[in-house]
Amino acid sequence: MNKPATPNSFRTGPDEQGMFGIFGGRFVAETLMPLILDLEKNWNEVRNDPDFRAELTDLSTHYAGRPSKLYFAEGLTKHLREVSSAKGLGGGAKVYFKREDLNHTGSHKINNCLGQILLAKRMGKKRIIAETGAGQHGVASATVAARFGFPCVVYMGATDVARQSPNVFRMKLLGAEVRPVTAGHGTLKDAMNEALRDWVTNVEDTYYLIGTAAGPHPYPELVRDFQSVIGSEARAQILEQEGRLPDTIIAAVGGGSNAIGLFHPFLDDKDVRIIGIEAGGRGLDGIEHCASMNAGSPGVLHGNRTYLLQNADGQIMDGHSISAGLDYPGVGPEHSWLRDSGRVEYVPILDDEALEAFKLTTRVEGIIPALESAHAIAHAVKIVPAMDKDQIVIVNLSGRGDKDVHTVASMLGMEI
Amino acid sequence: MTTRIDRRMAKLKTEGRPALVTYFMGGDPDYDTSLSIMKALPAAGSDIIELGMPFSDPMADGPAIQAAGLRALKGGQTLVKTLKMAAEFRAGDNETPILLMGYYNPIYIYGVDRFLKDALASGIDGLIVVDLPPEMDEELCIPALKAGINFIRLATPTTDDKRLPKVLQNTSGFVYYVSMTGITGSALADTGKVASAVKRIKSHTDLPVCVGFGVKTAEQARVIGANADGVVVGTAIVSAVANVLGPKGEKTADPAEAVATLVSGLAQGVRSARLAAAE
Repeated sequence: MNKPATPNSFRTGPDEQGMFGIFGGRFVAETLMPLILDLEKNWNEVRNDPDFRAELTDLSTHYAGRPSKLYFAEGLTKHLREVSSAKGLGGGAKVYFKREDLNHTGSHKINNCLGQILLAKRMGKKRIIAETGAGQHGVASATVAARFGFPCVVYMGATDVARQSPNVFRMKLLGAEVRPVTAGHGTLKDAMNEALRDWVTNVEDTYYLIGTAAGPHPYPELVRDFQSVIGSEARAQILEQEGRLPDTIIAAVGGGSNAIGLFHPFLDDKDVRIIGIEAGGRGLDGIEHCASMNAGSPGVLHGNRTYLLQNADGQIMDGHSISAGLDYPGVGPEHSWLRDSGRVEYVPILDDEALEAFKLTTRVEGIIPALESAHAIAHAVKIVPAMDKDQIVIVNLSGRGDKDVHTVASMLGMEI
Repeated sequence: MTTRIDRRMAKLKTEGRPALVTYFMGGDPDYDTSLSIMKALPAAGSDIIELGMPFSDPMADGPAIQAAGLRALKGGQTLVKTLKMAAEFRAGDNETPILLMGYYNPIYIYGVDRFLKDALASGIDGLIVVDLPPEMDEELCIPALKAGINFIRLATPTTDDKRLPKVLQNTSGFVYYVSMTGITGSALADTGKVASAVKRIKSHTDLPVCVGFGVKTAEQARVIGANADGVVVGTAIVSAVANVLGPKGEKTADPAEAVATLVSGLAQGVRSARLAAAE
């Protein structure tokens, strides 16, 4: 892979064709092409429309609870300084959590859903469809559909329906119809295929509310823009609380919407080290992981070119992660570009490491993090002890872990 | 350039009847059986063959073609083998046009230049790649046209008059009109609407227009064929294969014979299309 030339800014993509370098694009069936062009047109109309922005800001503030707090994780910081001392290093950076877990519905997903539901309303759509992995995006979609009076169908892999039953129940309470998808391994990839099949059938009245910064253009761009509130707030908050930018920021990457949301406002701050965490599952040697950027190759799936887990014949593999939200064999195209351009490092964290971080955070902070976010925390646990005490790390705590207690209990061999 | 597709379409025009275009899944349920199905198609009345390239994530396909693709992949089918299958067929039939139909990723991974070279050598005449709209023409469409391979584009009910010229711009061979919004194998759309859509497309192009998605019976083939230059049947054919496979994938009858019986009936349908229309 040729490394792209370093651009003047990392924040200008995508181009008019929806490309981030060689990644992104619009690889969809002709039936969907007019819909995607219509979405792009409407998006371009509203993205800088003050009325649209005002309505979104009002909802973000009073409905979702923004801005989310930037919290100094004193308990974790203290613990990691003890680890540092025990190793004879005497360091340990200050760790901050961006508290997306405190948002309404319990994760960053609401940021994107509020933006897109307002767009759907403007476009006169009558019906919402969504795909979901962990169920966080499904819950957020069902929530905004209830709030704005849309019928909502959520496609969810049958495996995920089983391992995320609390979220399935929440969606049903919110009035959404949850359709289990049994194709493949019954995870996020299969749910996305089925949502696309619904959309290609119900073109007249249906809005496809994609949950991550992936899919055909303009989705990667618009989801990123709605999620960038995370990074914009965090940047302003750390300047206010510490008087300077962080040394390192870390977020977990499945499709990558919470990560691109945190990263994007920092991309041109060249002294800020940016690290995305992929699901290492049971290790990168076999196929039981979802580390597409560490162990995959570029290919075309779900409307965009991006890093994918695939075999030599171009067939997409089913990955594995303890975390349903990271269990996807691809990644948003902008991450692929940031990887190749070298601006962002992407590293894997194993299931076991994420589970340890989950337990540690619960114990020393009194915060139960989502297993997705626990991957990001796990990397902080690895690198913070070797950093200096006056350094600063921000970890995106993208969601709360209530939904994961059944999974964690079964991994720990406990019954609840 | 003229290709086998152009020649076949011209010949059918002089015969005054629409083409029967048959889709089957390469490698379903295994390579040898699938090749025997392919070889049986022309004698049963197929005018143009669409050879399906299996893909793990067929986003535009219904349950029947999804299942066929998975059977083929489980049976070890790869793009290399699909091209080999075409070449073996071509060794015994130098007239019947072969189109490869599928999704872009396996071709992208194979490598576009290498793929076009090998496809030509295997006797492939055209490509239908579902997830490459005109906006992505630089990827494969333009290189294919340069290599002398037709690129058949899908036009759909959502392709309005404003967009149609863009869709037709680099299309060659024929235009494939998708009769409804939806996935393969759904119920057939209102045939009156299909006829007027074909007329609309023909006002923009001299290319033949074939209609697919939802055609399952000889009667439907006859009705659709009355107004189109060709009728595409896919799901009914892969279902005919599935119907002679047992719960463990074992053959309960000869799939090639099952497909040939179905295709013979469909062929009678298209052959009576214009007669019926003329009455």
